[in-house]
Amino acid sequence: MTAAIEIEGVTKRFRLYKEKMQSAKERIIKFGRVPYEDFYALRDVSFTVAEGQTTGLLGHNGSGKSTLLKCVAGTMRPSSGTIRTRGRVAALLELGAGFHGDLTGRENMYLNGSILGFSKADVERIFDDVVEFAEIAPFIDMQVKHYSSGMTARLGFALAIHVDPDIVLVDEVLAVGDEAFQRKCLERVDEMQSEGRTILVVTHVPDLVRQICQQGVVLDRGELIAFDEPGPAIRVFRESLVRRGIMLAEELTGDEESVIDERMLSRAVQFTDVAIEYADPSADYAVPGERVRIRCGYAAPEPIDDVVFALNIADPDGHLMLGVNTDRIDAPLDGVAGSGEVVFDLDQMPLMDGDYEVSLGIHTHDGATEYDHLEGEHRIQVMNPTQMLGRVHFDVSVSHHPMPHRSVASPNR
Amino acid sequence: MSQPASVASNGGAPAADRSDRPEADRPELRTTEISKRPGAIRRLRDVWRYRELLGNLVRKELKVKYKDSVLGFLWTLLNPALQLIVYSFAFGVLFKTPVPLFAIFFICGLLPWTFFTSALTSGSASVVANSQLVNKVWFPREILPLASIGAALVHWFLQSIVLVIALFVVQRSPDWAYVPLLIPAVLVLVTFSAALGIMFSAINVYLRDTQHLLELVMLAWFWATPIVWNYPLIGQRLSENGLPFYLGFVNPITPIVVTFQRALYHEWVWSGSRMVNGAEVTGVVPEGSVWWYLRNLAIVGFGAVVLLWVALHIFGRLEDNFGEEI
Repeated sequence: MTAAIEIEGVTKRFRLYKEKMQSAKERIIKFGRVPYEDFYALRDVSFTVAEGQTTGLLGHNGSGKSTLLKCVAGTMRPSSGTIRTRGRVAALLELGAGFHGDLTGRENMYLNGSILGFSKADVERIFDDVVEFAEIAPFIDMQVKHYSSGMTARLGFALAIHVDPDIVLVDEVLAVGDEAFQRKCLERVDEMQSEGRTILVVTHVPDLVRQICQQGVVLDRGELIAFDEPGPAIRVFRESLVRRGIMLAEELTGDEESVIDERMLSRAVQFTDVAIEYADPSADYAVPGERVRIRCGYAAPEPIDDVVFALNIADPDGHLMLGVNTDRIDAPLDGVAGSGEVVFDLDQMPLMDGDYEVSLGIHTHDGATEYDHLEGEHRIQVMNPTQMLGRVHFDVSVSHHPMPHRSVASPNR
Repeated sequence: MSQPASVASNGGAPAADRSDRPEADRPELRTTEISKRPGAIRRLRDVWRYRELLGNLVRKELKVKYKDSVLGFLWTLLNPALQLIVYSFAFGVLFKTPVPLFAIFFICGLLPWTFFTSALTSGSASVVANSQLVNKVWFPREILPLASIGAALVHWFLQSIVLVIALFVVQRSPDWAYVPLLIPAVLVLVTFSAALGIMFSAINVYLRDTQHLLELVMLAWFWATPIVWNYPLIGQRLSENGLPFYLGFVNPITPIVVTFQRALYHEWVWSGSRMVNGAEVTGVVPEGSVWWYLRNLAIVGFGAVVLLWVALHIFGRLEDNFGEEI
């Protein structure tokens, strides 16, 4: 397989000046003795993305993931190391940022098309598709400064995906537009994958990586700590967050990552042992419709009031099947002290055949502190003994009610 | 919980008709090495590869400049026309300059000068002005100052209409023997402007004072160039002080401006003093053969090419940190 993106020993050093100087006078007066600190946004990062692969770039805020993407896009040059890209690169970063407000949508398309290496004829060829995809046909001859931000972003996205890129760089832009447009974008990503394009996605949403990527790269303070399949990569990512005392708060509040002070990181409550019990104690699989119990043993050396136990179950494609915690089922804990057990009872296993991943966490009510986390270390295997097909176990019964006094097959009485 | 990622995508994407992507018409993919600092030749080749973008950026600059103005491109002509009137009145009527057809003399120098200033001021601001593009995608950044220069060049050619009209009004024809010199003169001026524009556009990213400082420098430079005054005057002052005549050519714009004056104006072509109508007057355009003019242009042209090479190197070095400085 040929490499589409080769990253070899890339380091990016920023020089942080203690004082911001923009004027010549200051620069000349203080020439050569301006106090500064070196900040390494990337340290010796190496990995290779093969052609046609989708790779997720995971990392906390400030881990260097966006810097790396900018280096690959060519808008930043690494301090050392080499980056090679094969083919046309389209970056879905800061969509529509390259548009000029005084030009119309049409004029901007030609200008931006040529930035991406497209000739006038090429842009003409894709023009209708882009306008249709962006849903801005009535406004295409209007100056872009009169567009709403959503329209600008849609046009930017539509253009970027239509310029026939070999490599697509995505920086959490799937958040543009309404839900229908987001769905369209994700479908488009799927389509680009099946067309064999190479995609590099920057995100801090592990579920997205699980869902669309073949491999994950995890950065931690500029260092590459994992380059692996999505599952293991996400585990490393989670562990790095726990180490840093950062929690994916959006799982709880929908917000961005919230970063907390290191000293708030606490191992005050930890899982001791976790067991999954099935209806048939001797089986190591669940049967649809039957009971499954997840027992989480914990140990808390000191009493803690602010505590929530959370359970996530995801299907083999990474889609969340169940996300629940002790707060959401109206069984808030008053606190824990010493050791004990929290038990999640699933009275009727509603899922059909599959290998489901169980993730468990203990955190505070606001999610700012995570005490412990077990990412996908446990699994529930579901075996379906019936003839039913599908993903969800319905409690189905069938009955037949023939009408006794009606003659059959007499359409024209 | 409503993060976009949770929007399901597994519902089977509709296979759109993207079959117009056959392997056959996709030649060998180009490998770009982002990390290497390309040399001057590579840079020029990249610019050539992106010439369509250059054309589009020039068009953009032209469009944006007079967007939403009623007169549009007429403004381009009004500017030199008005300057022509003001300077001819000030020097022709108030100062009573002895120079014949002062207006023609003045505009011959003014037009290349206007190109030079607008190319340089807009060129040096270009990278900062287009920061949204610089942050978005890779393309040879030198294109930005070059696009400003291209736009200034278009304005210059349009403004030449004013000169043509003025020549027509006073019933003068150019000195055809010297007219071919205008081609190297334009080339040299464009190269020189490109070199300075590329250099200052990169410096301006780090020192925003550059563009303001440049405005002042240009004001002084204007008066150091024989546009309002005539070149032999300074030559005479130089020789009075025992200095060689050509020292006045240290200003690289001078040979270019003087070439324009020689070809299009050609009145009082002598270098020293002569008696005209009973008064001793200095020449207006220096005396010299076509080859003398060409040699001067060649010297400036050589300097401009060297400067361009240096500018491309400086640009390449400073370009490293455009992303974060801009």
